[in-house]
Amino acid sequence: MNTVIFRTIAPYLAALMIVFSIFVLLRGHNEPGGGFIGGLIAASAIAIYGISAGVAEVRRALVFHPITFAGFGVFIAALSGFMSLFVEVPFLKGLWLFINLSDGSELALSTPMLFDIGVYFVVLGAISTIALALEEDEDDK
Amino acid sequence: MSGLAFLEYAVAISFVVLTLAMLLVIIRIVRGPTLPDRVLALDMLVSVGIGFIAVIAIKTGYMLYLDIAISLGLVGFLATVAFARYILQRWEIRANQSESEGN
Repeated sequence: MNTVIFRTIAPYLAALMIVFSIFVLLRGHNEPGGGFIGGLIAASAIAIYGISAGVAEVRRALVFHPITFAGFGVFIAALSGFMSLFVEVPFLKGLWLFINLSDGSELALSTPMLFDIGVYFVVLGAISTIALALEEDEDDK
Repeated sequence: MSGLAFLEYAVAISFVVLTLAMLLVIIRIVRGPTLPDRVLALDMLVSVGIGFIAVIAIKTGYMLYLDIAISLGLVGFLATVAFARYILQRWEIRANQSESEGN
């Protein structure tokens, strides 16, 4: 779309939405949020950028084809399941690692978080593939 | 009047005002008369919804509602932009049709 205000504001808005999506992703599990909703917000950021700057520009900015992100997400999610191989518990069992930082706080790493990051990439890749395909279809007309 | 009582009054008045706004918006969506009017009213509906969520967050003291308001604001903008694009394309198609009919 060729309006000056929208073209100027869209990159900043898309960046803001991606930051917010990562915030929602990392807050999940204990509070509302998680991989699915974070991925949806990131995909809408990509859709907004696609409407303002054109599909070719978005594909150039993403570097890889969007469906690659979805495949990478499935890989990460499967990887979080195979972590249980090392401690001899059932597949996909939640494992937690608590690291005490020097300033007294505690960093909690877990396989559910890894799985959520995988879901984030799957949703981001799948939805942005659909959005970009629809955009391109409209450009042909 | 204590501060807390004033806050309660403010919350009650904002609920009334927001309900009135939502009713007016719904009347605009139903009556139209054109498509851009309805799209603008839908955008306004999202804004009124954000207002409702913010007031509920203040009333209950549950600040997680504010995150929902933020994401609703970001995603509601996408819906409005998509509608605006659709209207622009309809105009272009119509302009092309009238041009070819004129020739």
